[in-house]
Amino acid sequence: MSSSKTRSVSYAEALYEALYQEMDRDPSVFVYGQGVDDAKGMYGTTLDFHKSFGPERCFDTPLSEDAMTGVGIGAAIAGMRPVHVHQRMDFLLLCMNQLVNMAAKMSYMTEGAVNVPFVVRGIIGRSWGQGAQHSQALHSYFMHIPGLRVFAPTTPYDAKGCMISAIRDDNPVVFMEHRMLYGNTGIVPEASYEVPFGQARLLSEGNDITIVGISHMVVEVLRAKQLLAQKGISADIIDPVSLAPLDIDTIATSVAKTGSLMVVDTSWLSCGAGSEIVTQVIEKLQGARDIRVSRLGYQPTPCPTTRPLEDLFYPTAQSIALGAYNLLEKPGDWAPEAVEASEIAEFRGPF
Amino acid sequence: MNQEIDAQTVGRLFAAMLRIRCVEEEIIRVYSSDKVKSPVHLSIGQESIAVGVCENLRAIDIVYATYRGHAAYLAKGGDINGMMAELWGKSNGLASGKAGSMHLGDREAGMIGTSAIVATGIPLAVGNALAMKMQRKDVVTTVFFGEGATDEGVFHESLNFAALRKLPILFICENNQYAIYSHVRDRMGVENLCERVAAYGVPATRIENGDVFEVSEQTRIAVQEIRDGNGPQFLECMTYRWRDHVGPGEDRHIDYRPDEELDRWIANDQIARLGGLLDNADRQKIEAEIELEIAEAIAFAETGPFPGGEVMYKNVVQ
Repeated sequence: MSSSKTRSVSYAEALYEALYQEMDRDPSVFVYGQGVDDAKGMYGTTLDFHKSFGPERCFDTPLSEDAMTGVGIGAAIAGMRPVHVHQRMDFLLLCMNQLVNMAAKMSYMTEGAVNVPFVVRGIIGRSWGQGAQHSQALHSYFMHIPGLRVFAPTTPYDAKGCMISAIRDDNPVVFMEHRMLYGNTGIVPEASYEVPFGQARLLSEGNDITIVGISHMVVEVLRAKQLLAQKGISADIIDPVSLAPLDIDTIATSVAKTGSLMVVDTSWLSCGAGSEIVTQVIEKLQGARDIRVSRLGYQPTPCPTTRPLEDLFYPTAQSIALGAYNLLEKPGDWAPEAVEASEIAEFRGPF
Repeated sequence: MNQEIDAQTVGRLFAAMLRIRCVEEEIIRVYSSDKVKSPVHLSIGQESIAVGVCENLRAIDIVYATYRGHAAYLAKGGDINGMMAELWGKSNGLASGKAGSMHLGDREAGMIGTSAIVATGIPLAVGNALAMKMQRKDVVTTVFFGEGATDEGVFHESLNFAALRKLPILFICENNQYAIYSHVRDRMGVENLCERVAAYGVPATRIENGDVFEVSEQTRIAVQEIRDGNGPQFLECMTYRWRDHVGPGEDRHIDYRPDEELDRWIANDQIARLGGLLDNADRQKIEAEIELEIAEAIAFAETGPFPGGEVMYKNVVQ
């Protein structure tokens, strides 16, 4: 094993390590949800916690998302720090009432007498025919609600640090993970650390355009960067990491420099995170800077199952590069080549 | 009346019920002045349930209740001043005027909160019970809800989980038979609620007539079972709302329930019944104390300032 400073682990391993370290550090932390204590351990992220920390602190639940969310909120108010896991984010729709009407409001309605340190993990599915109900990224729903925090880390480093921050935070946090990021590896310190809320990450610096990627789309944006380089276009590439609170200043500062903004979301455009980011940037820069904006995301349809249609449904490195090229109104047509997304091409399921 | 119930107990239960009744009658009295800028769901007629239950709870025990929550809050030992100022929307209210009547909560009284979304507080109470069990704390959690809440899926999910984990929780269904103006027989295929609850493995008992002594005695038995580690208990307490679903008014003119039904329950008033069991002097002393307490609460609410604009942004997150 390499030294801690250069140690490379996967996104899934980083989440496992964050959860393990926090459970080890703080006996009020517990992890629950359908399948967390089974032989697969939620893609390894909760593997054998019921053995390491006992079945009281890592347990399977009835198929009762609504009540089990309320149970987490009630336990959090009573001094615990629950982490509720959903293998697909789509199931958070069954938790909406509890998250929006209760978790988000308890602090306010009691003028701070109670608080809800509660983490809700939702994993977005993609590839291998996840279809209409196992592929949805619902972060914009939660960004809309005062009282909720939303994390959407892309790198293993951020996955670990954001999870630790989320668990230690005194508010309800929706923690959005993406299945296609689980195998990605990166340098992750072994020691515990926090990644703060409300701080975006500038991943790459350029001059011509600012491209914001959300969750897995950061990976595609970084691929598009290589294509854009063929045309001499360089980009500031930003990962917001924390969607609520949102670090709009980092993005706006970049756009003030480049004059163009493209947001690539792993969700739909209408009333989405991209709409919010674009609007806030325009509000900040109008009058000071003429800017061009555009958004990319899911096609305005439910997610189809069959691969040829699924390939059209999502933005790709190719469509991102072309979108940026067109936004900048560069002369002449350009047909950027397709770039294989290995995490998608190599995925063999079943889930 | 059971011979074993002493005058002190009668006085205590009478005072607790009368306190709730008088607070709500005061709310009715001032409501037309528009000082209470909050929808109110009055408990008048239902006081005996909250009082009979809370008679058996300790200060450290925890209660969750509903938007019809004045009775539960006051019965659990709530602060009339803070509650009235909250209804008045003042900064000396329980939540600086951010909660109003529908979201009363007070950690000091052991009442975490009330929800205006039917049944939504039930799983939170179950979560509280889970936490108490994990923390090895000798705390009983009680959750109040109406029979309308038993129509909701989350009620059934919560019962199942509480039974599965043998959690120390008391479910109190205040069955006033109407969800707004919809009678329970128009909403349930099987009317016997206790049978349905028992099917989840939760012992369930129905108390027919709102008798405050019976509610207290059945609660005492249920709480003992819970403290002995035998898991959740369920009490279906039949009761009746005398006033309209929301607001201060009576609702005979709406003609959704028979006048005789309402009259029968009014004749069954537990406050009048217990008042009749007390010596005149004892009763008048209690009445005078409550009158004074409420007058002070109104003054507290009236003289409190409204919150400043900066309060708006406090405690959205912590």
